[in-house]
Amino acid sequence: MQLTLLALILALLTVIGFLIGRSRAASSVGGRVAELHSVPSYHGVYVALWAGLPALLLFVAWTASEGWLAMQLVLSALPERLTTGDGQSVGLLKADILNLAHGIATGREADPLVMEAARRYAALRDLADWSLLAVGASLAVAGLAWGRHRIGPDLRARPAVERVVRVVLVVCSLVAILTTVGIVLSLLFEALRFFTVVSPLDFLFGTHWSPQMAMRADQVGSSGSFGAIPLFAGTLLITVIAMTVAVPVGLMAAIYMSEYAGRGVRTWLKPALEILAGIPTVVYGFFAALTMAPFVRSVGGALGLDVSSESALAAGIVMGVMIIPFVSSLSDDVINAVPQSLRDGSYGLGATKSETIKQVVLPAALPGIVAAVMLAVSRAIGETMIVTMASGLTANMTANPLQAVTTVTTQIATLLVGDQEFDSPKTLSAFGLGLVLFLVTLCLNMVALRVVRTYREKYD
Amino acid sequence: MSIKSGIPGQLKLRPRADRQTDRAAAAALPAKMTARGVKVFYGAKQALKGIDLDIQENRVLALIGPSGCGKSTFLRCLNRMNDTIEGCRVEGRIALDGEDVYGKAVDAVQLRARVGMVFQKPNPFPKSIYDNVAYGPRIHGLASGRDELDEVVQTSLKRAGLWAEVKDRLREPGTSLSGGQQQRLCIARAIAVSPEVILMDEPCSALDPIATAHIEELIDELRANYTIVIVTHNMQQAARVSQRTAFFHLGEMVECDDTEEIFTNPRDERTQGYITGRYG
Repeated sequence: MQLTLLALILALLTVIGFLIGRSRAASSVGGRVAELHSVPSYHGVYVALWAGLPALLLFVAWTASEGWLAMQLVLSALPERLTTGDGQSVGLLKADILNLAHGIATGREADPLVMEAARRYAALRDLADWSLLAVGASLAVAGLAWGRHRIGPDLRARPAVERVVRVVLVVCSLVAILTTVGIVLSLLFEALRFFTVVSPLDFLFGTHWSPQMAMRADQVGSSGSFGAIPLFAGTLLITVIAMTVAVPVGLMAAIYMSEYAGRGVRTWLKPALEILAGIPTVVYGFFAALTMAPFVRSVGGALGLDVSSESALAAGIVMGVMIIPFVSSLSDDVINAVPQSLRDGSYGLGATKSETIKQVVLPAALPGIVAAVMLAVSRAIGETMIVTMASGLTANMTANPLQAVTTVTTQIATLLVGDQEFDSPKTLSAFGLGLVLFLVTLCLNMVALRVVRTYREKYD
Repeated sequence: MSIKSGIPGQLKLRPRADRQTDRAAAAALPAKMTARGVKVFYGAKQALKGIDLDIQENRVLALIGPSGCGKSTFLRCLNRMNDTIEGCRVEGRIALDGEDVYGKAVDAVQLRARVGMVFQKPNPFPKSIYDNVAYGPRIHGLASGRDELDEVVQTSLKRAGLWAEVKDRLREPGTSLSGGQQQRLCIARAIAVSPEVILMDEPCSALDPIATAHIEELIDELRANYTIVIVTHNMQQAARVSQRTAFFHLGEMVECDDTEEIFTNPRDERTQGYITGRYG
């Protein structure tokens, strides 16, 4: 409640600051705006920033530390027999206090001391929120007054505002980078835990995948086996099938759209193809499982082949269809970016349309096409749902597209579905697989970028 | 360098009688291409309003005129490059050796092998220097075997005056050359198909004066073997390289005559105004 109020007050003061700053800047030079160093709206933003920014920073710092501080105060007041012990029991105590403070039943009879602590905690939080409201609002008013005081014809408001804007931009880009770093690190640490149990060599070069771990020592089939080669092979097989479908079809569709189709056809064909990219992969998944897989099986049966009901071929073909718009849309863009002067040059020598496309346009567009294909490969490797639904979970090591195979992502999904214990190698192996997957797609993207940079022709 | 010197006003005047006989001789030269009543429309907009023009064999015809006057459009009609522009319509008759180039029997692709083109901006293909020149001969099957193709490439590069500069780097990309070299590469590429007519659309407008001088010299040499039509904004250039000049204005051809005559004794007021720099 207090925080919402504070947010409203800050927003209001910021707007007021902008209006005051703008009008005061204009009146400080008697309306002759040209005499100001910066235009009046920069003065407005300047005052608004002084009003809003310090209070906002305080708000962020306060809310980040408030809960922890209140908890420390409450804990220090509790008798030592409750707060000493291993990390787990203290953690449990904290959770109890938090739950009680928020009025959530803990499911067992609470210690009156803990009840008291929870009450104190809630009171402290309430007090802290009110004082934050008071301090924040006065800081905002003070900032507004200071900013207003600084305004005058010589105030360099524009450079100051632009410095702040630049910091904001830097922070935004850092958020993206830091998130990525965080994801990679969490992946890395969990994977390291996995590799302390299972040797990386067994994992990377073992040929048997069976991640079942025993609950009890006397269970049958108790030892898990974590050879990931069948998963890599399955991923490779399905990716190859998907690319065999997607690259020729997508590329030729792109050539038709950019070189042959008239403007009318192009305006509806391109969006229509892009609709394919908008279909949820689950929908592709049941199309693969319910339509494509039986179809593949009956065709295989008619040819006298033994096709399992869940086949790599069915999943690969549907995945290829899913990827077509990636290849076609990106390739269409790069083909369109080939300068018309190159086509004219070729036509001017008496080349036909197809000669021009094959020998001039496609080579010129090749870097972009390669990048499009690489992106499509990353997409195919990362695709989970279609394989889960259409190609099954059996880790067969086979190059036969008519059999069921499984992929890295599908295994990760199945390993982490449902309730898991995060100290079993079975669960942790998902992070090992994730790490390998991340490294592979990272390499693919880097290779793609390199290819693009090396072979890009400069056209102006 | 054997560049013809001088700006239009400084052209050396020979006795009038001489020039008269020249003109008579010129008129007698056979026309390689003829245009009669050529009208071009881009959608509803008319770009050319009925052009009659003869292009004589083994001579350089310069097309001059202010921007947007239709000279490039006319040039692109001669080898049907306008076919590639959506909504462009051509009326009238253009003949190459007496045969209508817009006739049903004529394939635009084969026509362009006979009437080559060099563009305003050098546009080498993203291939090696060798492959750029060999592109035309390859698609038209002009050379049988590796040696013959090498021969064609070498001859074309020599004729375009580029051989000495690139003979040791034929495998490097065409785009690695300088602008002037790229334009000569494009000329070599056009020559390699052995066209009868070469159309040049402001071939020097993207080049510095030295590269321009090279190209102009080259055009003069090429005249012995090819019929050349050049569009230019630069009147000194028209005076230096061409034997005949046609002045275009607002989609019409105002006058066409010997270059000396156009620049020293224009019959039309508009021509006079343009070449003396009153507008354009």
